[in-house]
Amino acid sequence: MSANAIEIRDLVVDYGSRRILTNISFDIRQGEIMVIMGGSGAGKSTLLRCLLGLKKPTSGHIHMLGTDICHASQAELYKLREKMGVAFQRGALFTSMSVAENIQLPLREHTDLDESTIQIMTRIKLDMVNMLPYEHLMPSELSGGMAKRAALARAIIMDPKLLFFDEPSAGLDPITSAELDELILLLKKSMRMTIVVVTHELESVFAIADRIAILGEGKLIQVGTPEEIRNSSNETIINLLNRTPRENNVDRDTHLERLTKDTQ
Amino acid sequence: MIKTISNLGSYVLDGIEQIGRTFNLLLIILWKILQPPYQIFPIIKQVYFIGARSMTVIIISGVTIGMVLGLQFYNTLERFGSVGVLGSAVALSIIRELGPVMTALMVVGRAGSAICAELGIMRITEQVDALECMAISPDKYLVAPKLVGGVISVPLLNFVFNVVAIGGGYFVGVVLFGVSEGSYVNGMIDSVLWSDVRLGLVKSIIFGLLITLICCAKGFYLHLSKYGSQGAEGVSRATTDAVVISSVSVLFCDFIIGALMS
Repeated sequence: MSANAIEIRDLVVDYGSRRILTNISFDIRQGEIMVIMGGSGAGKSTLLRCLLGLKKPTSGHIHMLGTDICHASQAELYKLREKMGVAFQRGALFTSMSVAENIQLPLREHTDLDESTIQIMTRIKLDMVNMLPYEHLMPSELSGGMAKRAALARAIIMDPKLLFFDEPSAGLDPITSAELDELILLLKKSMRMTIVVVTHELESVFAIADRIAILGEGKLIQVGTPEEIRNSSNETIINLLNRTPRENNVDRDTHLERLTKDTQ
Repeated sequence: MIKTISNLGSYVLDGIEQIGRTFNLLLIILWKILQPPYQIFPIIKQVYFIGARSMTVIIISGVTIGMVLGLQFYNTLERFGSVGVLGSAVALSIIRELGPVMTALMVVGRAGSAICAELGIMRITEQVDALECMAISPDKYLVAPKLVGGVISVPLLNFVFNVVAIGGGYFVGVVLFGVSEGSYVNGMIDSVLWSDVRLGLVKSIIFGLLITLICCAKGFYLHLSKYGSQGAEGVSRATTDAVVISSVSVLFCDFIIGALMS
């Protein structure tokens, strides 16, 4: 088997007439934590949706664990997704189910395990994310950090080979954010997963990443280790790391035209 | 002028797209409900939600409409000296027309709007995407039980509506105005044919399918509609659309089925 868990080749994504991603090509190796990083509107979320098979690209290929997900049938895609776990930015927990029921759902749908095994597996995963005392709570009763941890427990309940994590630190306080980073590192170590994290939180990025892919305005700027990214001479990356505000490179006349457009 | 024509064209195209999407969803569901694992428990849950929990509103509206019909028919028939056919008039109006239509409209208002809002919120909060990513087909897991639940519940509610509405007509005609009990009941038994009951049953099954399909499609495909990016307001507008389109479709189909089966 290839050493790469995911291979992305010449990926182009359009929304209507707007090009979101242009010729993205890079690999994600088995067992590594790859962080996809970039400013707002850089195309991170679109790239993640393509990787999850939720958005069909305009052209290009994504090979995931040997399957070309851009041309796979729904049955092939579902088979592949049984080996994937996804923790969404806001958790995406089912609001009509308790935390435990949310986590058990993939097991109940895809396995014939008996009730006691399902209960034990649920508690093991809840314990891993420090959520064991809260298994009976409903999602509306959870804080932001708790919802993310519960979503992570659901994502890893089937022991996936690939774990995707969308904005793990967004909206969390620094301590909860650091706890989640530790949890991601623990998962990599204990379960040997390939983990893809989409984020723009710099502290998190350098705490967890084995390699970093940086996107800017829909293009891949650089892929490298945290050290290589830190030492990059690329202006966009330097600005991103130094939190330099973007310059407004619009000339005066164009700016004035934008402000007065469609007005009498 | 060109902008008006362009907007009109855009509305027509949007409408055609939505109709196509809705029928495509129906075909997908029909295909998927035949494949195991069968969603028995979720279907029972939906029959409880759409059917059992609509009982109060169906009983209240049924009794009221039966009483109003009894009152109006009594006043009209009395002028012609034909109050003896009150039972037939009330029963036939309810079994053939008012029962299926009013039941469907009540279910749209109570359960259809809730179904659309639930699916719409699940869509905008990424719960539908989460199901996809767990390799659980959201159309089979979320939509199919609601559709089957609607097809089972609406005819059952229609029977309840018919019974209580005929009872309401009986109360006004026999108890309040003193029409003979025998002429009310026997007139009804003599005039209502199996073909009338069959017409009402066919209508209620079709209405059950139609309203749950439209409400499910409006919520489930919220992200593809023009309200898709409007968050809570988008859900609210999709729900309003679902109720309006379902209600109008019920009335339109009522005429078509009536014309074809009469």
